Amino acid sequence: MEQFAPVKRKDGQPVRYLVVDDSVFARKNLARIIETFGGKLIGEAGDGKTAITEYDRLKPDIVLMDITMPQMEGIEAAEKIVQQHPEARIVMVSSVGYQENIVAALQRGARHFVQKPVKPEVLYEVIKYVLGDDAAVASAAGAGD
Amino acid sequence: MKMELIQPFINAADAVLSQMLQSSTTMGNLTMEEEAYRRKGVAAQIWLTGDIEGRIVIDLDEETAIRVASKLAGATLPESDALIRETVCELANQIVGNAICTLNDLGFQFRIHPPVIHTSETGATSSEDTEALVLCFDTESGAVYMNMALRYGKKRSHLAAAASL
Repeated sequence: MEQFAPVKRKDGQPVRYLVVDDSVFARKNLARIIETFGGKLIGEAGDGKTAITEYDRLKPDIVLMDITMPQMEGIEAAEKIVQQHPEARIVMVSSVGYQENIVAALQRGARHFVQKPVKPEVLYEVIKYVLGDDAAVASAAGAGD
Repeated sequence: MKMELIQPFINAADAVLSQMLQSSTTMGNLTMEEEAYRRKGVAAQIWLTGDIEGRIVIDLDEETAIRVASKLAGATLPESDALIRETVCELANQIVGNAICTLNDLGFQFRIHPPVIHTSETGATSSEDTEALVLCFDTESGAVYMNMALRYGKKRSHLAAAASL
């Protein structure tokens, strides 16, 4: 898998991710992609309800959230997280990327939307955009730092 | 089954399989299935409700499922690994999800239900209004079958009937 110049937090630490998807396969796939960005997977959840408790517990820098999930869907979970934590950065990652879903997700607090199957280069650009000034891209030579 | 319902699924399957497996995909046989659906190996089923109703099954024989899951996992998986079934479910999820984006742009609204593993050897027999179409996609990892039995939902059927008066 392609390696990217690491995206780090302003304090030089790796960006911390919470991945929410009911598919173990999808979570593993996202974890592998995050690794190529120099990020750190700090938690996983298989449904929206667990995502809310995990967010409260872990306070990740980025949440990657699926939409279609059992118990509580991703858009509702995103809304509840953002109500409690307005600073939360949630990126929806779903195969059901039609206009209505994207608009609903953004209106209810998500920062961006990435269509599955995930193209790592697309997610990489989205992560940089969503983190904005709170992150810096390290030089490729510093990938092992 | 109308072509406007079928084409988005063909396009989505082609795009998703090509991207996920990082290889070219060609469409092989296309058949109509009149008998009860018979599972080929590891099969994931997704139901749709709304303007379009019915089900899509993505079905891979055991060896192909292992090859595909192992390729995507980056390691050889044992035959019994749960990740193989998970992979087929996610493949189905992404194919159906992408097709639905196209159909939604055409004005169809519906709900996609989470994928479930189809465990019984056979499924429901097709009926006149939900005839099943089976498409085979040849990939470097083996054949991927997509079995579709879809029809217009009641609201759409009434609109179509009214329009024909």
